[in-house]
Amino acid sequence: MGAQLRVYRQKIKSAQTTKKITKAMELIAASRIQKAQARVTASTPYSRAITRAVSAVATYSNVEHVLTTEPEKIERAAVVILTSDRGLAGAFNSQVLREAEELSELLRSQGKEVVYFLVGRKAVGYFAFRRRASEQQWTGSSENPEFELAKDIAEAVLEAFLRDASDGGVDEIHIVYNKFVSMMTQSPEVVRLLPLEIVEGVEEPDATVQPLYEFEPDVGTVLDALLPVYIESRIFNALLQSSAAKHAATQKAMKSASDNADNLITDYTRLANNARQAEITQQISEIVGGADALVAAK
Amino acid sequence: MAALNVSVVSADREVWSGEADMVVARTVEGEIGILPGHEPMLAILAGGEVRVTLPGGEKVTANAEDGFLSVQSDVVQLVASRAVLT
Repeated sequence: MGAQLRVYRQKIKSAQTTKKITKAMELIAASRIQKAQARVTASTPYSRAITRAVSAVATYSNVEHVLTTEPEKIERAAVVILTSDRGLAGAFNSQVLREAEELSELLRSQGKEVVYFLVGRKAVGYFAFRRRASEQQWTGSSENPEFELAKDIAEAVLEAFLRDASDGGVDEIHIVYNKFVSMMTQSPEVVRLLPLEIVEGVEEPDATVQPLYEFEPDVGTVLDALLPVYIESRIFNALLQSSAAKHAATQKAMKSASDNADNLITDYTRLANNARQAEITQQISEIVGGADALVAAK
Repeated sequence: MAALNVSVVSADREVWSGEADMVVARTVEGEIGILPGHEPMLAILAGGEVRVTLPGGEKVTANAEDGFLSVQSDVVQLVASRAVLT
């Protein structure tokens, strides 16, 4: 076998092996999307109930609360970045990090100092490589986020929010994550968590006039208990969205990797055939040439 | 008499939902019973048992931890970060 042919055969082998791996990863991701999506759906009643309760409080009372009032001057803003722990997901992590960079740029141009809370090994790696500081980090459970993680993050950001800016507290909290739009699209989203804004999905108040809500024990206490829970549920939702989006992104990336491997295999097979044919042609012409020479020598 | 539309929701899923005649829950101020036609209310739950009486007289109990209870036009929602049926 000619050297050329052997090289092609090797390349075909290697592309085939890669394809097997990427194909397997694609299938795994596909099955995980289903699960992750189911979790997003399963958590919807909770976030909807909380959103409804928060909007009820907002509509039926006019209390001032620390978490809802806009500070006069915002000195420091926190950015929570949700990435994945593993790569091989196409632009999934880079697009969310790019979005976070743009947001930081914007915040800095408004004269705010930016501190970071990072979730996922990819964000931590990105920051470590650039030797940039971050306030707090969580890694290892972004694939299948538990509610505890959301609770932890909420606690940390609320604690920072309630601290005075002079003690290193923050006055504003943003969260950047990948939203699961569809199997094919995941778009980076920036949401300002605190101070509270009107959020998507707030229930329209009923057309009928509702009697005033009764709050037990009183509005302030209810709000005190409700708002942290609301933040938790927003973060939990973002985590679940991000994990579903990650699996979708992985599936897409692995699908195109498998397709590319297919293309490579076809190309190399053509080249290998070509090389084999060239070899055969050469051998024939050598034989013919040799036979001719023998006849001529007689 | 109209029935209550009850749902018990925890952070990661809906634990139970259905029609009921009465809901008894423990709030931070004490136990409260809710019958159809209750005025709109938002209350903070103290950890503990929630009893839901079904139209047939059967009872469903659940354990709810740090959550709240909302009542609005006969829709009762018990929302807790952790809730399990017992």
